[in-house]
Amino acid sequence: MSLVVENLTIDHGAIRAIDNVSFTVPSGQLAAVIGANGAGKTTLLRTLSGLKESKSGSATWNGNSILGKRAEDLARTGIMHVSDGKSVIAELSVKENLALAGLWRKDKKDVAKATDEVVEMFPILGQRMSQTAGSLSGGERQMLAIGRALIARPKLLLLDEPSLGLAPLIIEQIFQTIKTLVNKTDLTVLLVEQNAMGALKIADEGIVLNLGTVVAVDSAQSLLNDPAVRAAYLGF
Amino acid sequence: MNQFITAVLTSLSSGAIYALMSIALVLVWRSTRVINFAQAGQAILTTYIGYEAVTRSGSYWVGLICAVISGALLGAGIDRFFMRPIFKRVNTGPIVMIAPVVATLALLGIIQAVIGFIWGLSYQIIEAPVSTEGLNIFGSIIAFSPFNLMVLIAVTLSMILLTILFQKTNIGLALRASAYAPEIAKLSGIRVDAVRTLGWALAGAAGGLAGMLYIPGSNLYPNAMDVLLVFGFIAAVIGGLDSLFGAVAGAMILGFAVNFSASYISYKLVFPTAFLILILVLLIKPRGIFSSSKGRKD
Repeated sequence: MSLVVENLTIDHGAIRAIDNVSFTVPSGQLAAVIGANGAGKTTLLRTLSGLKESKSGSATWNGNSILGKRAEDLARTGIMHVSDGKSVIAELSVKENLALAGLWRKDKKDVAKATDEVVEMFPILGQRMSQTAGSLSGGERQMLAIGRALIARPKLLLLDEPSLGLAPLIIEQIFQTIKTLVNKTDLTVLLVEQNAMGALKIADEGIVLNLGTVVAVDSAQSLLNDPAVRAAYLGF
Repeated sequence: MNQFITAVLTSLSSGAIYALMSIALVLVWRSTRVINFAQAGQAILTTYIGYEAVTRSGSYWVGLICAVISGALLGAGIDRFFMRPIFKRVNTGPIVMIAPVVATLALLGIIQAVIGFIWGLSYQIIEAPVSTEGLNIFGSIIAFSPFNLMVLIAVTLSMILLTILFQKTNIGLALRASAYAPEIAKLSGIRVDAVRTLGWALAGAAGGLAGMLYIPGSNLYPNAMDVLLVFGFIAAVIGGLDSLFGAVAGAMILGFAVNFSASYISYKLVFPTAFLILILVLLIKPRGIFSSSKGRKD
């Protein structure tokens, strides 16, 4: 059980966004992909979740290729992608946003149970159930986006910049929730972040991307202590 | 007073028919971001199928059901086997914006030509199931018939059913989510392509219903619904193109405006009034009269 990416190359128009990237995330672990703006992090996630086509290379989850599959089919096999920009549907209520990821699931009892668990995890969502998602704050939207993904009982969660535009306290809360999820369940998380420090602090492993190529793969702890990484990505 | 009551009633019944066409256009716009000019062709073709069923079975109701079902099937088929390949093939350059709309225009022409081949260009009649004679109110005849009343009831019922479908069912939630944010819907596991085809099917059914409610008060010929396409489009623009409620409200505003100007000033004003409203809305509230002044947040 693991996510294995081998020699993956992705073009973004005329630009090579991801060039010959390889890494492995063992099941049940939290891996952080860090790197500056334009390093290709989002492109990588969009390809892994079926939103974008790759040029060459392979990506497998539990031995099955995930490239060239449709996003909705990957979602149904347990690969959930929480895209950046607090991906909620503003016109729908909080309840409806959550319900989306359970619509196609046969086990309706478990959908209800998962919904209860999400509300327990993010109590504020429980108070806002009938409000439209557009009326939520940035942090609440991020909680809703992550909560929606959890309704599908994912095995692999692809998180794109959950900290973007949020206050430090909220970031801390969301990161801790992700950490707890990974520790308590068999969930595997690939977390893409510009907030390298915050991400590496909760991650098991770190992957450093620069201009589309992997410049370092190591345990998150080692990366935090690596002077070169500190200088380039952590700012001290 | 009589003139006023008559104008109100005819406004309601013609507004109801505009509403069906307007809803058909909005359903397709919401799911596909295309103004479907072929809607007039789809609606008239399914009305001919309804006409054929009425002629063979002798029952208007059999024809109505046939028209609605064939409308849904035709709409779904056009999306699945015509629009979807076009979106797949045409994916770069400025043609992306235009190709689907031009394709629906081409389809309109083809459908109307096919109808001409099969049924000819001459006028046909679909007999209404109830009288189309004006009602007698307090001893004077007004221009509102039992059939007009049936149109109002049928359209009101369809609106109620559509509202329940959209607001209270899982399919409705998938339809709304796919319309507002197709990418997020996909990432949530919704099969957006299939949902889009369903939107086209619903639009096709609405068009078939519109034809079977409009033609008995008029004549059946290949271009009979072109005017309704224009009025449906204007109504949809008044309502903001994206909103089903707006489509109905826009249709009613249009219905009242054209019937009142026709009744009190001159029937020659029907088209100028409709286009005047279109231009006013585009100049003053281009996003529809129900849009808030604030832009939508991200």
